[in-house]
Amino acid sequence: MNSVERVHKATGFQLFWAMVWARAYPRIVGSLRERSWVFFETILPLMGTAGYVYVYRALNAPPQYVGFAVLGGAMTAFWLNVLWSMASQLYWDKDQGNLELYILSPGPVMAILVGMSVGGLFMAATRAVTIIVICSLAFNVAYQIVSVPLLILTFFLTMAALYGMGMMFASVFLAAGREAWHLSNLMQEPIYLASGFYFPVKELGGIAATGASIIPLTLGLDAMRQLIFSGGPSSGFLPVTLELLILAALSAIFIYGAQGALKKLEEIGRREGRLIERRK
Amino acid sequence: MTVAPVATPVVSVDEPKVENVKGSKADMNQSLAIETQDVTRVYKIRGPKDKNAPSELIALNGVSIEVQRGELFGLLGPNGAGKTTLIKILATLLLPTSGVAKVDGYDVAKDTTQIRRNISMVSGGETSGYGLLTVEENLWMFARFYGLESAVARERIGQMLEVVGLADRKKTKIADLSTGLRQKMNFVRGFISDPNVVFLDEPTLGLDVSAAREVRGFVKDWLKQRPDGTILLTTHYMAEADELCDRLAIIDEGKLLALDTPLALKRRLQREAVFNLKVSPLGPRPSKEAMIETVKGVRQVTVNEVNSHVEMSLILDGEDALTGVLAHLSARGSNLISLEKREPTLEDVFVEMVGRGLNEDTSKRGGGDE
Repeated sequence: MNSVERVHKATGFQLFWAMVWARAYPRIVGSLRERSWVFFETILPLMGTAGYVYVYRALNAPPQYVGFAVLGGAMTAFWLNVLWSMASQLYWDKDQGNLELYILSPGPVMAILVGMSVGGLFMAATRAVTIIVICSLAFNVAYQIVSVPLLILTFFLTMAALYGMGMMFASVFLAAGREAWHLSNLMQEPIYLASGFYFPVKELGGIAATGASIIPLTLGLDAMRQLIFSGGPSSGFLPVTLELLILAALSAIFIYGAQGALKKLEEIGRREGRLIERRK
Repeated sequence: MTVAPVATPVVSVDEPKVENVKGSKADMNQSLAIETQDVTRVYKIRGPKDKNAPSELIALNGVSIEVQRGELFGLLGPNGAGKTTLIKILATLLLPTSGVAKVDGYDVAKDTTQIRRNISMVSGGETSGYGLLTVEENLWMFARFYGLESAVARERIGQMLEVVGLADRKKTKIADLSTGLRQKMNFVRGFISDPNVVFLDEPTLGLDVSAAREVRGFVKDWLKQRPDGTILLTTHYMAEADELCDRLAIIDEGKLLALDTPLALKRRLQREAVFNLKVSPLGPRPSKEAMIETVKGVRQVTVNEVNSHVEMSLILDGEDALTGVLAHLSARGSNLISLEKREPTLEDVFVEMVGRGLNEDTSKRGGGDE
């Protein structure tokens, strides 16, 4: 056999991170190249948010309610991203022939999902910040931040749990096949209500709010409102510390669940000859 | 067209390294890149409409092959023959129902990570990648999935795009590429990770003649550059198989029918006479069955209707059987337009073995996967 010069290939943790950033890249670059999102993902949610602001003003609600609606409107960007660009993504990737190549690559597919999350988080964050800036200026929202580090921790724990859930849903939705589209549609609007995107979730009552807490944005939003608005704590559902603990637990459960679901998916795919293969 | 060597950081390897990971041992027979023993794959057919319809489909039935390192091995068969199933098993995307399959000495059922590190796959009509990314960015992304350093990936991409004539499209979004250009990009993706074994599943499907020729040239050059590299190619294009493959396995309905070099396969028909006939049928159309049954010395016939005439390919026991064929056609009102004696092709070999042409689709023989 001839002496052949071979290319060095990373393994282990190095490979994992190489995959994460490689998969995040299309989303980061895509959000900068595809400018139509400014209209569809910023202006449209902004109009919905503005509707709630005017309702609160007409009813002479306490001023923090305007801030609640603006924050909720901004967070819709993350929820939509998780539903349409995380949960449904493996299904689209299968259709396009990418999933097969992900499975074929030597690294864990979990790295692909983490990469999708990182890229998705970047995409959604640009939209959320745009909504917050425009609405804050337009409606003169007053912020009174209790603790910046705690706020940052809350945001990132919420995102970890939310995107962990998105990663887990990615496998579940893939198994659901064409129904994935309907599942996403089915989950979009009801969660706006259940998670209290435009009002304090406490108003739903203890049982409903507890049930809705399975969606990480419910407690995340509630904790963030308590941390950045002067009247926030009085409208809070649970103490912030408890909400953070629950979010941490949800993050662990969803990420572990995502790993398990992915493993199961590949196992079924290899055994039954479906799920991961594109039909030509 | 040559595949340029890579000058960037590389590891010099004299022999492929055999790693033992988590107690899984690679087969020490390093001369074999691929080995299958009695591989069978059965698909369950979910919810057959008819109670009497089969509930299972045997896509592969006891297939055993051995592919040497450095070999370009072809799997030849019609749609639904089981070629893609075999490739998916070898690429660790599917489990065999029974039997053993090894790639690079590793078991496809157990050693997926070790195998995946050193293989890649390119399929015909592939639409992978993201349309918003450029050719270079897409290839970079896939190279990173294999752990290539960013700078090394970019350098290899530049070199390989040059080789396939895509260098000027490096910054083009892939959504703007034609089918042919996209397939060339897919080819680069398949080879960018410096694999030991490459699976090419109908790689020239849908390509025009010139693009297909360039792709074949790329494959040949890669093997010259990587004498220890192995390619397993599935195709139903005879000329492609004949031109490229060192050895060929003919497969139909999941069974391996023959395995030899293209030349040796064609030699099987050397004692027979092979003719092409073009006739203008004024009466009933010439029928394959009628001709085999009624004309002495006719072994196999394929009939294709082309516009107003009929083209026939005949395998006869000998030249003297031709008189009977012409008489048979004349009696049925067909006028002879042209007659040509020719060398046997792989298509003839296939027809002789299974009694029908390669283009006759068998993919619906029970809900096939391909």
